[in-house]
Amino acid sequence: MRNFLPILAVLGGIVLLWYLAVAPMNIRVALDQAERAGAVIVPEGSVARRAVPALKLMIDNSDHVTAGYQLDRPRLPTPAQVGQEFWKTTGEMALNGRAWSKRSLIYHAWITLQSTLWGFALGTTIGILGAVAIVYSRVADMSLMPWAIISQTIPIVALAPMIIVVSSQLGVDGRGFPKAIISAYLCFFPVLVGMVKGLRAPETSQLDLLKTYDANGWQSFFKLRLPASLPFLFTSLKVGVAAALVGTIVGELPTGAISGLGARILIGDQFGTPLAIWSALFAAAILAGLLVTLLDLLQRIALGRMGAPS
Amino acid sequence: MMALILALLFWIAAWGCNIWLANSRWRGTRAVRIIVPVLFGITLLVLWEGIVRGLGVSQVILPAPSLVAQTFATSLDILWTDFVQTVVKGAFRGFAIGAIAAVLCAIAIDRSAFLTRGLLPIGNFLAALPIVGVAPIMVNWFGFDWQSKAAVVVVMVFFPILVNTVQGLKASDTMQRDLMRTYAASYFQTLLKLRLPAAMPFIFNGLKIATTLALIGAIVAEYFGSPTRGMGFRISTAVGSLSIDLVWAEIAVAALVGTSAYGITAWIERKVTFWHPSHRN
Repeated sequence: MRNFLPILAVLGGIVLLWYLAVAPMNIRVALDQAERAGAVIVPEGSVARRAVPALKLMIDNSDHVTAGYQLDRPRLPTPAQVGQEFWKTTGEMALNGRAWSKRSLIYHAWITLQSTLWGFALGTTIGILGAVAIVYSRVADMSLMPWAIISQTIPIVALAPMIIVVSSQLGVDGRGFPKAIISAYLCFFPVLVGMVKGLRAPETSQLDLLKTYDANGWQSFFKLRLPASLPFLFTSLKVGVAAALVGTIVGELPTGAISGLGARILIGDQFGTPLAIWSALFAAAILAGLLVTLLDLLQRIALGRMGAPS
Repeated sequence: MMALILALLFWIAAWGCNIWLANSRWRGTRAVRIIVPVLFGITLLVLWEGIVRGLGVSQVILPAPSLVAQTFATSLDILWTDFVQTVVKGAFRGFAIGAIAAVLCAIAIDRSAFLTRGLLPIGNFLAALPIVGVAPIMVNWFGFDWQSKAAVVVVMVFFPILVNTVQGLKASDTMQRDLMRTYAASYFQTLLKLRLPAAMPFIFNGLKIATTLALIGAIVAEYFGSPTRGMGFRISTAVGSLSIDLVWAEIAVAALVGTSAYGITAWIERKVTFWHPSHRN
């Protein structure tokens, strides 16, 4: 709570800067519209205005600056416009009982969330299994670890269209599957690295103690290594779920998907409706925030029950 | 079928060789540390080739690595123009602008404890967001050429580097700063001689995360409009015309660029932070 005031101040600063930036960004569009409506603009004609800096246009045509804040298709919408559009496509539709309409962001967020969770589950499983293999087998450690690092330096987006082609050729239906693969690809790495660290966290003396108890491999894994790795696991799960969401949206962007938040961004771009892009971006941000907060809560509960100081 | 069996045999032999190497008495040497992962990588390629040939997988679904290598060699000029457009013009310039802006911003913020406390959580949150989504907006603002790609890259790399630098600037401890004060060092002397060097491991951590993000940003932005060259453009058009071997050649270029960018950053890091415990042996 100590950080509450500073965060609020920084957010306020961002919103203020945003509002200030709207005027110069939108002045040209606003002037074009005003001229078409019959107003006198200095200089005349949108081609002539292209050479004039935005600030000079604002000073010369100060009457029309406010028009930039009320455009239908602004280059940069105001936060209030984005908020309105966001409410119109989420809360208002939900109140009218149309939360699952194809125009509602709740529906698209749900599609994205499904792929994200599948990818997250897959990536986490691969990450944990890989970490166990790396911790217990020296060959796996030496051969897998370098490739895990290299895999993350390959931009997965380059693979995205490929994964879709291959999966449709193999007869896998639905667009959810390739998206889940992409998000698993981005998500497994933080989990793998965190779990390797976590499973190696127990000290030699603790492992020796279990040996004096005549514990076998399974027992020492489940009673010592796994519990010791939980704090590491949760920290990397938080990174992983955010990465999984990035993966899903990246998977939706270049592939011509028709539903999902990434698809809303794509469609907003094709139809020239910037408000739709911005509200989809906000929905993605809120979804990421919710997922990370949820995992944070789980972490507190789990670690609290294990007796960690809160 | 013969090819598949041969590939499987090679896999078993290579795996056995790796097990033997990893448990041999040379396992700590540098050569073995390189050979084992390389052998693993070669095994994957051989298996891929064997499966494609042995099962007669269509080229349209998955071309064999040998075919990809052929395409790579014959279309070097296309790959080179795409590389220049996407990597040199878009990703690299955006990365440089974003990294410099982020470090300068972090130094400015760092002077105010209030701002730091407010900005760290917000920056951390923004760094986790799917920022690639701004690609269509940037293409709308800056046009189809490399400027819009660089802009996407700037936005994507800014927050990870900012957050890491702000944390790094706090890394020098009170004792060290007090020592600088007893030397009557000015703010800028302390910054240049103590705090920035101490922040370097953190800054490089951010830079390493950002190298991959920069490539992703530059490629995704090309899906939303680009001149008729560039890796993202080529991939989306080649998938459309089913020349999948060219797509894989582009992926190979992307992988090479991504890996070597990471490698170069890590190499510079070792030179700059030679004093750090993780690099002393």
